[in-house]
Amino acid sequence: MNESYFEVIRPGINTTFQDLGRKNLYHIGVPFSGAMDNRNYTLANAIVGNKINAPAIEFAFQGPLLKLRGETIIFNITGNITFNILKKNKTIEGNCYQSYILEDGDELDIASTNNSVYGYLAIGGSFDIEAQWDSFSTNIKAKIGPNDGKKIEKDQMIKIISANSKTSTRKLDYLNTKIENIRVIKGTNFNYFSAESKKNFFDKEFSVTKLSDRMGMRLEGIKLKNDVDTNIKSEGIIKGVIQVPSDGNPIIMLSDHGTIGGYPKIGVVISADYDKLVQLPPGSKIKFKEIDLASAELLFKLYQMETMNLVSKIK
Amino acid sequence: MIKNISNLGDAALYCDFGIEVNKETNAKVIKYFKNIKEKKIKGITNITPSYNKLIISFDLSLTKFKELKKIIENLELKEILNNKGKIIKIPICCDKKFALDINNLEKKLNISEEKIYEKFFSKDYYCYMTGFIAGHPFLGDTDISLRAKRLETPRVRIPKGSVGITEQFCNIYSFESPGGWNIIGNTPLNIFDNTNELKPNLINPGDTVSFEQISIDEYKKYYE
Repeated sequence: MNESYFEVIRPGINTTFQDLGRKNLYHIGVPFSGAMDNRNYTLANAIVGNKINAPAIEFAFQGPLLKLRGETIIFNITGNITFNILKKNKTIEGNCYQSYILEDGDELDIASTNNSVYGYLAIGGSFDIEAQWDSFSTNIKAKIGPNDGKKIEKDQMIKIISANSKTSTRKLDYLNTKIENIRVIKGTNFNYFSAESKKNFFDKEFSVTKLSDRMGMRLEGIKLKNDVDTNIKSEGIIKGVIQVPSDGNPIIMLSDHGTIGGYPKIGVVISADYDKLVQLPPGSKIKFKEIDLASAELLFKLYQMETMNLVSKIK
Repeated sequence: MIKNISNLGDAALYCDFGIEVNKETNAKVIKYFKNIKEKKIKGITNITPSYNKLIISFDLSLTKFKELKKIIENLELKEILNNKGKIIKIPICCDKKFALDINNLEKKLNISEEKIYEKFFSKDYYCYMTGFIAGHPFLGDTDISLRAKRLETPRVRIPKGSVGITEQFCNIYSFESPGGWNIIGNTPLNIFDNTNELKPNLINPGDTVSFEQISIDEYKKYYE
């Protein structure tokens, strides 16, 4: 029996367990949740040889500082992250998409995400956590999921079970690229907006504000004017929906979004661009580009093929 | 019965049942919701019923808009057994410390506090949908004299259990959350139980809610 655990010396800003999300619960108000950046989550698990939906630790901006106690494990970190491995007599500067060995007493210091928001830590083996509604995703607002529905906190222990350190260390050459435009399909209330605002929506730049989290991304820019009604009868929403409340500033619904909303929907971000969207930190500029359904479907296929191709290149 | 199906982005169907918000339209939405849920159609990841819409989201790697639209359009609808909702009694305490907006409402509606509560407690409410936050029910319809707009600036924190009204609807905040409804009381009952995976929601779409006014002493007893 393997007895290992992480001691949380510093929890980081928003560190939670996540997996591929929680299905079939929108009708009772429970959001999908899951890893914000699916590709990086997938690659993190693939590099340490885990199942595709194994829970990983997601962090935002500043990550955790963890001390390993017990038996040796392997881990890797994905995203665009600065991290160090602190051993008794040396410090190793870590590279993303490369697995490393961590021994009893070693510390893993995930200092920051660079020009991005989220990163993932996967270990070979699994954490000792329980699924809720078939998912290991934590939703801190509704207190659902592992760790009693809470963020990972200072001084807690994260138990590791069935640690698998036998796999040789592996690596992938990959660099996250920034996205030029966020592609969107017109929303169901697109025609609520003035002719000028419809044009501005696709012509002007919007910036990501600090009021952005796992629930939503608030944007600022030229105000979008609504000619019909600034409220609609509340109805279901999905991630990627861009709602515009009466103040004229768009809000993009992200993975922990409320399941029902009453603001007009001007657009919906396509599935293929979601991972790149969520990685835009506050202050980033966004430009929307209109796209039709058929092209969006094709782009999603390409996105998936690219992910699979990356997985196959792990050596 | 669905008036129109369009796409909401590339991974959801937007089923429109018409502009009217009433029990009849909503019953159709719920009937579709239950039928689709029972059929376990490949690729569907979520089905969200609301007053007069049904959003069906799906996994784009397993199905596509056109494919799923065809399935929904040709769906054979069964009458749903147990379609009659339950009747649920919800105690509310309207003590001043809970009724955050009662004085504002008196002004907004131009009727007295006594009259507001008399009208509010004189009828039962139908649950159109649950959501926004987990377990949160959207109930209706309130008396015509009680229909007020949302707060101009929504509150950042509404206490758990708060009962609010706006337009023709009332709701219960299942846990602390931001929100803009006019708060008139608070229930000590747990509306959403995250430890009960089978039945997390106290109130479900199609149920009827009967509110009962309780005193502050009775309210406190729930926590003893």
